[in-house]
Amino acid sequence: MDSTIVLFLIQDGITNGAVYALLALALVLVFAVTRVILVPQGEFVTYGALTLAMLDVGKVPGTAGLLIVFAGLALLVEGWSSRNRMSAQLIGRLGLLYVVPPLVIVLLTLWLAPMKLGPLPQALLAIAIVAPMGPYLYRIAFQPLAEASILVLLIAAVAAHLSMTGLCLLFFGPEGLRAAPLSGASFTLGPLPVSGQNVAICIAAIGLMIALYLFFGRTILGKALRATAVNRLGARLVGIRTALSGQIAFLIAAAIGAFSGVLIAPVTTIYYDSGFLIGLKGFVAAIVGGLVSYPLAAAAAVFVGIVEAFASFWASAFKEIIVFLIIIPVLLVRSLTTTHVEEDE
Amino acid sequence: MTRSILALEAMTVAYGKVEAVHGISLSVQPGSIVTVIGANGAGKTTLLNAVMGVLPAGGHVTFDGAAVDGYSVEERVALGLALVPERRELFSSMTVEDNLLLGGFRTTAVERSRSIAEVFARFPRLRERRGQLAGTLSGGERQMLAMGRALMGRPRLLMLDEPSLGLAPLIVRDIFEIIMSLKKTGVSILLVEQNARAALHAADHAYVMELGEVTAEGPAASLAADPRIVESYLGLGGPS
Ligand SMILES: Nc1ncnc2c1ncn2[C@@H]1O[C@H](COP(=O)(O)OP(=O)(O)OP(=O)(O)O)[C@@H](O)[C@H]1O
Ligand SMILES: [Mg+2]
Repeated sequence: MDSTIVLFLIQDGITNGAVYALLALALVLVFAVTRVILVPQGEFVTYGALTLAMLDVGKVPGTAGLLIVFAGLALLVEGWSSRNRMSAQLIGRLGLLYVVPPLVIVLLTLWLAPMKLGPLPQALLAIAIVAPMGPYLYRIAFQPLAEASILVLLIAAVAAHLSMTGLCLLFFGPEGLRAAPLSGASFTLGPLPVSGQNVAICIAAIGLMIALYLFFGRTILGKALRATAVNRLGARLVGIRTALSGQIAFLIAAAIGAFSGVLIAPVTTIYYDSGFLIGLKGFVAAIVGGLVSYPLAAAAAVFVGIVEAFASFWASAFKEIIVFLIIIPVLLVRSLTTTHVEEDE
Repeated sequence: MTRSILALEAMTVAYGKVEAVHGISLSVQPGSIVTVIGANGAGKTTLLNAVMGVLPAGGHVTFDGAAVDGYSVEERVALGLALVPERRELFSSMTVEDNLLLGGFRTTAVERSRSIAEVFARFPRLRERRGQLAGTLSGGERQMLAMGRALMGRPRLLMLDEPSLGLAPLIVRDIFEIIMSLKKTGVSILLVEQNARAALHAADHAYVMELGEVTAEGPAASLAADPRIVESYLGLGGPS
């Protein structure tokens, strides 16, 4: 194994790690705000990737139909829960939240998809189609359980994952798809050939992390999400609706998932069930970060990516196992060093 | 008599099957300080939490003439109710300044910057500590922050649950001075206290709660002179 291969593997690892880092951030965010372990995080990746691949060939992606399914179910749940206080104002609000956005996005997709607008507009459209499914999913499956235990929420998350995978099979079929690269450029850095797509992935991931950092550090809405995570009762007492915080957390998570899917669609063939393993690697990183620390989770994600790259070189048959084995020493260290487990209030 | 800012009618609150508040009626006149005093476990915290919507309650709550039964906490905040809870519920891993800004979550950015200037003027200590994490504040500073955070929302009724809890006498005096100065800004105050002497001194009207019921009520000055109250709540000459 010479140094070029090592550098090449590291490059690959960092690229994958950047994507895992994004997913880990989304998982930590969703858990902190809603206590949901977002098992279906990977499905948003799949949706984003498959959507981009369909748009690439000028077809209307199945996620357009899926978005209508999600919005329709969410509308039913919301309408049912507020059936006793129906008013013109409420119906207007329901329309604005559950009917107008999916309709606009789907019509836009029907109109724009055949035009093959090129990588960037297609990527944006793919994210726009998938992201709203996050808050709809929260409304359907998790908001009614907001006061439930973490275990119940986890069961709901597993159910959501299974049904989202099934829906994906229904709407996209079993074939794998791959998108055209966002950037076809490639250049050499010293002895190392670097693909433009890898650079694009890293830059986009870092850019998104900076954007998230600014959102949570500088804006009142971002601070409100953090406040909900720190102290739910305190947040309610200042007038933050925890249901809204949950929906925004899910919106960000779905957008991050779709964004990651768009980034990896050109380098990996994605099947209807590929998202789960990808999400699980983000989850490994999130666990290393203790489901609380963003920087730790991001660093762990890059580590996971690099381990995966080397594992697939040396022992490609065992690469997934090796990656998931990382969890064991981490859990050991944790259980040995943690004397007190902070209880959720 | 003007319309009350807050009126409770036969309010009951239960934890599961155990009722902790048994049909309490109470009212707060606009711009006044009303205090509820009572021994540990009398149900004072339960009462405030129910008024805020944190706990479900029976009976009726009217705020400024409108029934708010069944309103969520967030909706009550929007109407102008604010609670400084017994346990403060600060955002401990966030800065003092962020805690305050979040207090004004429902207002505009312009209003927030005006309110925070007012809060800093009232609590200069918070200005000094604006960059410090709320979890690292002292007890007195925490109480100031909790009050400041509630004031950021420009409430019309401020409910304070034992603002003097665990504070040194000197700081208790400061806090009560601030409460009385708040009254001058027109905000109505519902104050729950163990420190009956200080509370009766600050309040216009007072209620005495025992085991979930109101057992005495009247102008604060006359309750402070009532021999039974003096014996039960003021007798041991606690801090004044
Ligand atoms: N979460 C709860 N579950 C069950 N019972 C509770 C709960 N919270 C309070 N209680 C009971 O309700 C009664 C009233 O409690 P509450 O906290 O309202 O008293 P308090 O007047 O505020 O007392 P203190 O002065 O000690 O703060 C007590 O008997 C208490 O044990
Ligand atoms: Mg109490």
